[in-house]
Amino acid sequence: MMAAWVRNSANIMINRFKSKMGSLGMTNFSSWSSSFTRTFPVVPASCAQNLRIPVGDFSNSPAHFRFCSYRFESGKAETLSDDGDANQVLDLPEGKVKFSYELSFISESAEERECCYRVLDENGKQILPSSYVEVSPELSVKMYSEMVMLQTMDNIFYEAQRQGRISFYVTTAGEEAINIASAAALAFDDIVLPQYREPGVLLWRGFTLQEFANQCFGNKADYGKGRQMPIHYGSNKHNYFTISSTIATQLPQAVGVAYSLKMDRKDACVVTYFGDGGTSEGDFHAALNFAAVTEAPVIFICRNNGWAISTPTSDQFRSDGVVVKGRAYGIRSIRVDGNDALAMYSAVSAAREMAVSEQRPILIEALTYRVGHHSTSDDSTKYRPVDEIERWKIERDPVTRFRKWIESNGWWSEKAEIEARNSARKQILHAIQEAEKVEKPPVADMFTDVYDCPPSNLLEQEKLLRETIKRHPQDYPSDVPV
Amino acid sequence: MLGIIRQKVGAGCSSAMLQRIRPVASVCRSYSSSAKEMTVRDALNSALDEEMSADPKVFLMGEEVGEYQGAYKISKGLLDKYGPDRVLDTPITEAGFTGIGVGAAYYGLKPVVEFMTFNFSMQAIDHIINSAAKSNYMSASQINVPIVFRGPNGAAAGVGAQHSQCYAAWFAAIPGLKVLTPYSSEDARGLLKAAIRDPDPVVFLENELLYGESFPVSAEVLDSSFCLPIGKAKIEREGKDITITAFSKMVGYALQAAEILAKEGISAEVINLRSIRPLDRATINTSVRKTNRLVTVEEGFPQHGVGAEICTSVVEESFGYLDAPVERIAGADVPMPYAANLERLALPQVEDIVRAAKRACYRSVPLAASA
Repeated sequence: MMAAWVRNSANIMINRFKSKMGSLGMTNFSSWSSSFTRTFPVVPASCAQNLRIPVGDFSNSPAHFRFCSYRFESGKAETLSDDGDANQVLDLPEGKVKFSYELSFISESAEERECCYRVLDENGKQILPSSYVEVSPELSVKMYSEMVMLQTMDNIFYEAQRQGRISFYVTTAGEEAINIASAAALAFDDIVLPQYREPGVLLWRGFTLQEFANQCFGNKADYGKGRQMPIHYGSNKHNYFTISSTIATQLPQAVGVAYSLKMDRKDACVVTYFGDGGTSEGDFHAALNFAAVTEAPVIFICRNNGWAISTPTSDQFRSDGVVVKGRAYGIRSIRVDGNDALAMYSAVSAAREMAVSEQRPILIEALTYRVGHHSTSDDSTKYRPVDEIERWKIERDPVTRFRKWIESNGWWSEKAEIEARNSARKQILHAIQEAEKVEKPPVADMFTDVYDCPPSNLLEQEKLLRETIKRHPQDYPSDVPV
Repeated sequence: MLGIIRQKVGAGCSSAMLQRIRPVASVCRSYSSSAKEMTVRDALNSALDEEMSADPKVFLMGEEVGEYQGAYKISKGLLDKYGPDRVLDTPITEAGFTGIGVGAAYYGLKPVVEFMTFNFSMQAIDHIINSAAKSNYMSASQINVPIVFRGPNGAAAGVGAQHSQCYAAWFAAIPGLKVLTPYSSEDARGLLKAAIRDPDPVVFLENELLYGESFPVSAEVLDSSFCLPIGKAKIEREGKDITITAFSKMVGYALQAAEILAKEGISAEVINLRSIRPLDRATINTSVRKTNRLVTVEEGFPQHGVGAEICTSVVEESFGYLDAPVERIAGADVPMPYAANLERLALPQVEDIVRAAKRACYRSVPLAASA
């Protein structure tokens, strides 16, 4: 992936700031040593001052407001028509702002919550008329089969953890449609920076069950050489970045990758996933702001599943969810029913088209519910009602909903269902058994990849360790190949 | 020399700062016989320019690096030359642009991320440590991170606790990072070029007070192919009685101390560490085995500092060669005070190095007399 990088970024230098440089003039070099604080003027001082003044002409305001009425000099008020004050605007460096003569604040929330885009109802019936992106019978069946595979894989790996065969696991239960439908709407060249609840994207891209199992069991065939805890998959050849445990760090990084694509004018975008909890991290806000400013082709997909471990969204934010935050950063956004595979597919397809062709970021908030526990270290019945979980699990299951739709189209049957589930189960059990048989990583893997080339102190450490193992073999575990 | 002082006066510095500049400026005098001189600022600027010109994947990002030409003018002229796609003025969010830099490095670019000072890098330290330093290992070399984090580190003058901390020991504690600390113009050019060309993440710690200083440079240093090896220290001055290790601005102080010690018959060997991680333990230990005495100097806090690490290395490898306890000179164990008199007390001074060296050579004057 890295090697194939095209080195043409030098060709796209745009000197759009050149003209501005002239008016700013050369900076006073004598201020070098005193410019360590953030308060030095970047824009001419007169503009900077104007930006801090909140409102314009206060001719109808109480007297104590009037003192600032005449301080707009460089940001002058200009009349657009003959209607007088009503059409006056404040001409700011970033654009014009109309005046208002009402002392009114923007409401903390809209009167109605943002709508949620959906194509299929809870029974898998297509709502008419709805606009959506056409999906072929073959693609629909493939999407459904992968959802079944993902569900089965989760069940079996979860059990393997309960049996103590692996240390940790995280399921995607309830979020299968977000996983598979978003993956299906992307191109293979699109780069994915996942969180940890999107293994379905990797599954869709052809990561084999054996590869999943090798990672979870940390054997020597694992692409991460057994260095990360289970479910932290990563595969260069699938354009899927190695998962980070830290929350939301992948968001600004995704903007960086998108910037890289942009520099090389690639016909691809970046897609990054995160949960509702992740939107409270500073990284989320930094990423959205930077994506907007750098016009980066990146799709932010928030899986708003209601719970960040035990923290409900009502304790996470007081906004109307996540979708409304896009506009604050100047980013086009949509709220989607995350349990409706067809809606999810359509939204991501359209988002991808805009991101790539218009070179802009898009924010998608997928409303869903985390049916499983946060991870195997969690018991969610301690903090949320069991009937809430059951309702989402049974009545609103995204996999069942999509099955009903493909069945109603005559593309799926009970027989196909039984075959698909049996086959998935067999394949996954086999992969686990194989993964358990493979040797664990050797001593050498402990020291490689800290740097591109191992420095002398690491070579020394490794040598020392090998000598010690040789001298005291009985004190060392036998399952570490030397 | 006078030029430096004038420039600082023009910047409206206090007289307290001038007092601090003078001894440093006097170091320059000892070099003035050399033909060609270059400031550290120009050394960094030319290194950036040459590497950007040589490799289109290299780009610079940070606050004020473009139109303002860098808060300290290190990126002067680069926006004009390379355009806004490669000299990127960012919003004021360290965590944001550091994360974006790391992401760009993940996917084929070679970012140079400027922190206005390394104190502000604390707002982005998660990206540097949890992402940049660990990704190559965690991904088993599927993702390498060729990125440089650079900017002024350590104490400037009169800028208080939140602008005056040395982070060398912090970053040097992390496997996966390389940490470089240039002193002279030769260091600045050679190490920055090495950092940009390196496939691993490099933390490049500059010093604000050195930016305006001139150092002699050879034709070799000025050549665009010039590059210094990462992980190699430089013996700035040979000696036989005592070893003094230092990095960044403290190398200048150590050289001044060596000059004073020479007058008293003590021959000090001054090691400019250049690289804090990897640390050139071989050069340090070879020197200590020759001189049998060691003084470590750093501006940072003493606990778990660079001096502590060097001391451990010498105890482990050369204990039998030591003729005196190792002397460690570091900044005071307090946040940096603003008041000039206290600030001076909080930082290592040339006299401190001289006194410690004499103690290690059993030539110390009674403390009461010197106080």
